[in-house]
Amino acid sequence: MNAPVKLHKLLPSVDQRHLDHLEEEAIFILREVAAAFERPALLFSGGKDSCVVLRLAEKAFKQRVSGNEFKGRLPFPLVHVDTGHNFPEVISFRDQRAAEMGERLIVAHMDESIKKGTVRLAHPLESRNGHQTVTLLEAIEEHRFDVLIGGARRDEEKARAKERIFSHRDAFGQWQPKEQRPELWNLFNTRIRPGEHFRAFPISNWTELDVWLYLARENIPLPGLYYAHERQIIRRKGLLVPVTEVTPPEAGEQIETATVRFRTVGDMTCTCPVESDAASATDIVAETLTVTVSERGATRMDDRTSEASMERRKKEGYF
Amino acid sequence: MSAVLNPIVHDSDVDTQHRALRFLTAGSVDDGKSTLIGRLLFDSRAILADQLDTLEKRAAGEPIDLSLLTDGLEAEREQGITIDVAYRYFATKTRKFIIADAPGHEQYTRNMVTAAAGSDAAVVLVDITKLDLSQDAVTLLPQTRRHSLLAHLLRVPSIVFAINKIDALEKPGAAAAGFAKVSTALRAFAEQAGIAVAAIIPVSALRGDNVTQPLAADWYQGPSLLQVLEGLPTVQEKVEGQLSIPVQYVAIAGEGTGHQPRTLWGRIAHGQVKAGDEVQVLPSGQRAIVAEVRRAGETVSHAVAGESAGLLLDRQLDVSRGDWIVTPGSATPTQSFQATLAWLDTEPAVPGRKYWLRHGNRWVQARISAIEHRLDIHTLAEIPAQQLAVNEIGHVQIELQAALPVEPYAANRVGGALIVVDPSSNRTSGALLVR
Repeated sequence: MNAPVKLHKLLPSVDQRHLDHLEEEAIFILREVAAAFERPALLFSGGKDSCVVLRLAEKAFKQRVSGNEFKGRLPFPLVHVDTGHNFPEVISFRDQRAAEMGERLIVAHMDESIKKGTVRLAHPLESRNGHQTVTLLEAIEEHRFDVLIGGARRDEEKARAKERIFSHRDAFGQWQPKEQRPELWNLFNTRIRPGEHFRAFPISNWTELDVWLYLARENIPLPGLYYAHERQIIRRKGLLVPVTEVTPPEAGEQIETATVRFRTVGDMTCTCPVESDAASATDIVAETLTVTVSERGATRMDDRTSEASMERRKKEGYF
Repeated sequence: MSAVLNPIVHDSDVDTQHRALRFLTAGSVDDGKSTLIGRLLFDSRAILADQLDTLEKRAAGEPIDLSLLTDGLEAEREQGITIDVAYRYFATKTRKFIIADAPGHEQYTRNMVTAAAGSDAAVVLVDITKLDLSQDAVTLLPQTRRHSLLAHLLRVPSIVFAINKIDALEKPGAAAAGFAKVSTALRAFAEQAGIAVAAIIPVSALRGDNVTQPLAADWYQGPSLLQVLEGLPTVQEKVEGQLSIPVQYVAIAGEGTGHQPRTLWGRIAHGQVKAGDEVQVLPSGQRAIVAEVRRAGETVSHAVAGESAGLLLDRQLDVSRGDWIVTPGSATPTQSFQATLAWLDTEPAVPGRKYWLRHGNRWVQARISAIEHRLDIHTLAEIPAQQLAVNEIGHVQIELQAALPVEPYAANRVGGALIVVDPSSNRTSGALLVR
């Protein structure tokens, strides 16, 4: 086992203050959402980025009682699109957090869209990631949301690097890259017509390392599968594919047990863990710092690449 | 009179270096801008995994082409998608950086205005291979003049010239002589235009010379680009002096019955605030005493410029989003002002037409009452103009439907910046800097 790592040893004070600044900016954006829109909602999947955004929202709108406990209510509900292929432990974490916080959670089920016929699967085990948009837009229409707060970051991929903090969507919910509004200073242009909506991204300027640093510093609860655990996996094309009811082994494949953690948690059909024995957010910070250093080494490239493509697929559906 | 504001003593080690330095890179594609950004990301190991993949696939067996790191964006541009500003992140041991990368030729002004708004510095790339070094007085390229004049006009605080492709001057002494000549030309141009130059440095983005690693040459002992960037200041809000807060969000605290104190949230534009201070609300002019100051979920003793503060007042005033909370008597709202207008919309700016303006957190209807002149962005010469087309910049007179407490942009970015929105399309059409 690893010796426990102390966060302050990993973090020079410069990073602490950098986190303060990122927090300040994110809270500013969250209050802007609450003030400038009539029917906001916060996308909360139980994933690490949305857990960070949720904590930032608590700080923006509530008063801290102690530690992880805040009093008051958020000025918007939480929304999740449940593909029906989510990890059960993430779903129960999601429900537990919403209940503990006393916040309203709206779950839009893709199974409903399938029943209605607005989502058609090519085959029963097809990845449901790309279909999430349909269910999400149905929820937006039903609840007449005019802005959704998301946890996407610009460092995730090249296409995201040019995304706005307040991103306009037309009446069909489409993102029009050609029509993006220039974003100048903090003077966000949130003017909107009926039927249109916005996506707001408070942690646009955070990197993956910033997210883990903040999770560690603020002691934010996360679903257990983000930390090292034993899991049945199959090694397939350099990926560790978790064995689940929707990702069964193919003929001739060997099931093994490995110590793994997930770096992202999306749809079960396309989310793979990495081998790791990092048992806390601080361990992950240490590991992320090391990964950054060895990123240029070819040994980790496959891992890193496949994870990035995973992340991308997730984003295509959601944002 | 500022008797209501007692100065608050700060920790002596408070500096602004912990903030990420946000800088824009100005240069045409063939000036080596993509390679320079690629070099900064690569050397600081901030490359995304999908980009490494791209590099690996497309550059296998050959020397790594760092410009491929930004190539994804180029490809999208070829498909006709307008990409304005892309944001990139990297860090060194002592500092975090955000690059506002503004690509494009035709849309250059629009992109650069967007990137410059909120930037702490501009790195202007000068391609030394495009200059005639045989003359004693080197003639600069029009794009160098344009990029630096725009950054200057948009009041980017620090301007750095990076003289690129220094490795192409291979003859003994050529690099040293070329660098000296171009530096002289840049200094002369900057002085004439009134531009304060933070640094002029030689680099080879291709080889990595003097970008993150110091140049190994006897003729240059100065800092590398990264060392220069690490030392530049971030834009600092004025903590001393008068208080000014644009009210962003009014929250009703508590869910009980009876008296419900309202918390007035806003990011402090300048000054500082603590319990006991007397403040004035604009436009109503009403006064109150601050009963409590809050920050992110906590009650605090005070808050300073750049921080979002929540104020609870000692009495119930009619305050809403868009109002300003200021030191009593310190601000004078006005219904007309002069400004520099950068036009970003394909529909030209037309005097007399009504637009929406956003100042602080308030939307106000306004008219461009007069276009004084357009500015030639290569010389800053004043040219008569009836309207401003896309990518044009001019000096204008603005008339407001309701008075706003505007301040010169040079004195305060929050009080001096406005956006112009076309009421028929809702597009962000222009950027205004109060003169």
